Amino acid sequence: MRAGAGPPAERLGARLFGHNDLPAVRAGGSPSGSMIELLLQTCVNAIYAASFMALIAVGLMLIFGVMGVVNFAHGELFMLGAYCVVFAYADQSYPYFLAVMLGLVFVGGLGIAMERTLFRPVRDNPLAGLIVSIGLLLILQAAIAMGFGVRMEHIAPPTRATFHPFGLDGVVVSLQRLYVIVGAGVVLGALWVFLRRTRFGWALRACAQDPEAAALQGISIDRTARLAMCIAAAMAGVAGALAAPLVRTWPYMGHSVIVTAFIVTIVGGLGSLEGAVVAAILYGFVHTFVTTFSDGVVADIVGLLLMLVVLIVRPTGLFGARERA
Amino acid sequence: MRRAHHGWRFRATLAGIYAALVAMPHLLSFSQKEIAVFLVINVLVVVSYRLLTLTGEWSLAHAVLMGVGAYASALLAKRLGVPVPPAMLLGAAAAALVAWVLSFPLFRMKAFYFLIGSFAAGEIIRLCWKRFREPFGGPKGIKLIPSVPDVEIGGLEIAFFDPVNYYYLCLAVVTLSLVVLHRLEHSRIGLTFHAIHWQDRLAESVGVDTRRYRTIAFVIASFFAGLAGALLAHYLGTVNPNQFDVEAMVYVLIWVIVGGTATIYGPILGVAALTVVNEIVLRGLGVDQARPLVYGAILIASILFLPDGLESLGPKMKRAFARIRGPHGQP
Repeated sequence: MRAGAGPPAERLGARLFGHNDLPAVRAGGSPSGSMIELLLQTCVNAIYAASFMALIAVGLMLIFGVMGVVNFAHGELFMLGAYCVVFAYADQSYPYFLAVMLGLVFVGGLGIAMERTLFRPVRDNPLAGLIVSIGLLLILQAAIAMGFGVRMEHIAPPTRATFHPFGLDGVVVSLQRLYVIVGAGVVLGALWVFLRRTRFGWALRACAQDPEAAALQGISIDRTARLAMCIAAAMAGVAGALAAPLVRTWPYMGHSVIVTAFIVTIVGGLGSLEGAVVAAILYGFVHTFVTTFSDGVVADIVGLLLMLVVLIVRPTGLFGARERA
Repeated sequence: MRRAHHGWRFRATLAGIYAALVAMPHLLSFSQKEIAVFLVINVLVVVSYRLLTLTGEWSLAHAVLMGVGAYASALLAKRLGVPVPPAMLLGAAAAALVAWVLSFPLFRMKAFYFLIGSFAAGEIIRLCWKRFREPFGGPKGIKLIPSVPDVEIGGLEIAFFDPVNYYYLCLAVVTLSLVVLHRLEHSRIGLTFHAIHWQDRLAESVGVDTRRYRTIAFVIASFFAGLAGALLAHYLGTVNPNQFDVEAMVYVLIWVIVGGTATIYGPILGVAALTVVNEIVLRGLGVDQARPLVYGAILIASILFLPDGLESLGPKMKRAFARIRGPHGQP
């Protein structure tokens, strides 16, 4: 089967896919750390993993809610955000936060382009939207692989400062991780205010609830979809840019991210932004704890089982209300 | 029972295609012969996948179920010493069994949820192969799988390590499977699949147990996927978890979608056309790294501009010709 796809697929097949490269999975800490320190450290790591996942899953959910499309290429948007940092910060040595802004703007703009050229023509057909995004995934991966090479990028962290949040030697959190946690909090908070307090936000929520009724009220579905796609892509781009120094940055890093994002969106319930945040926290804790006390592959299996159980027991997810298929 | 009725012209075309298929390997280079083997196996993968799509469900576990067939057959032959031909059939049966077990949780879901659920189930199986060194061999998989034993017919020795002979074996097995799948589609069961796809509520209201028929389609499709996996495993002599990952599944999707799913020859057309593009055009140009890029572009273009697949080109062209010829050509 693989050979029909030819040698590069062969090479890709050999790549180390270990989904356990969710950042901050192993409890670092000092070897002499006590159990309580290990637990606290794992909690800190879990918060980091959760905030990072929430940024991606909420974006994925926003796209699904407004357009009914499951964007398989969302992991690649994350990857592009990370490569913006590789390009601007590591190669061209611009300031780190400028590179993060570049990731936000560039990937957000790409989101607008995606909506116009790919998702709009197939909006009535969810399966076609999914397939188109798979095509885009292949294109983006190959483009980055050709532009930067199939290798891990080394990005010197912009800061090496660390904190001991509980005053314990065994519990460490680096400033870089704090950036991700704070960044996720700020972006998600801003999104929440935007959705609840502004006219655009209302329009967006109306489209997610009932596109036809929204259109009858004079809301432009095209414009709303473009906005949602832009926000969602920019969130993935920011997540990638902030996490780039912490994770394995290479052209195929999107894969594990999209798998995790699917689990989170399903567990939270499709179409529910709050559900995505709660599920991201739940998954972050479960995955991090299982990884710390067993290993990464087992944690992946547990995560997938969690999703299967949710699908069986409560197919609309923890917070999902309605089905949109 | 409705039988598909075929005229002599169709039969002649089919006979011509088969004559070409039998002659083909002798015209190819060694590496192309190997590719021909994979192509024939892939035909079985996509056609069995299409059987499931007849009911309207799209699974992302098909590649993994193919792997179940490959692993089961390889383990039976290597560890338990089961002769290879029955091991292959048992491998296919194992894939069908796994699909049957999975059908209980999965067919509580529909459409998108089924897609993601099947993906999760498949990933769990695949990660188990990766995680458990005993008996699955971990990330490196199983090596030194026994090959199909040589046979002797009237003093003529046929060795199956030769790709040409293995190609003929696969061609025979796949042809037989296609006949079975084709008959099945045109039987009562197959017609029910179509009914479920297009009118699932209506089918239910006249007493069709849609879940049962979805399960039947899933189990049968998985049986043939497992058979394809077993054919692959005993040819390559090695299986590993990465052979059956999402990327393998994405290629199956691309083949099926580019070809189209309305007829049985749509997916075959898709896999054949893309293999030719892959091997002749892309290899000729020497753009290895750009390959996924080209595939992605083909996939997007086919969704946007040819949503019914390559198979719809024939009728479309016929209609275009009829329009050129004038109103008399219209049906």
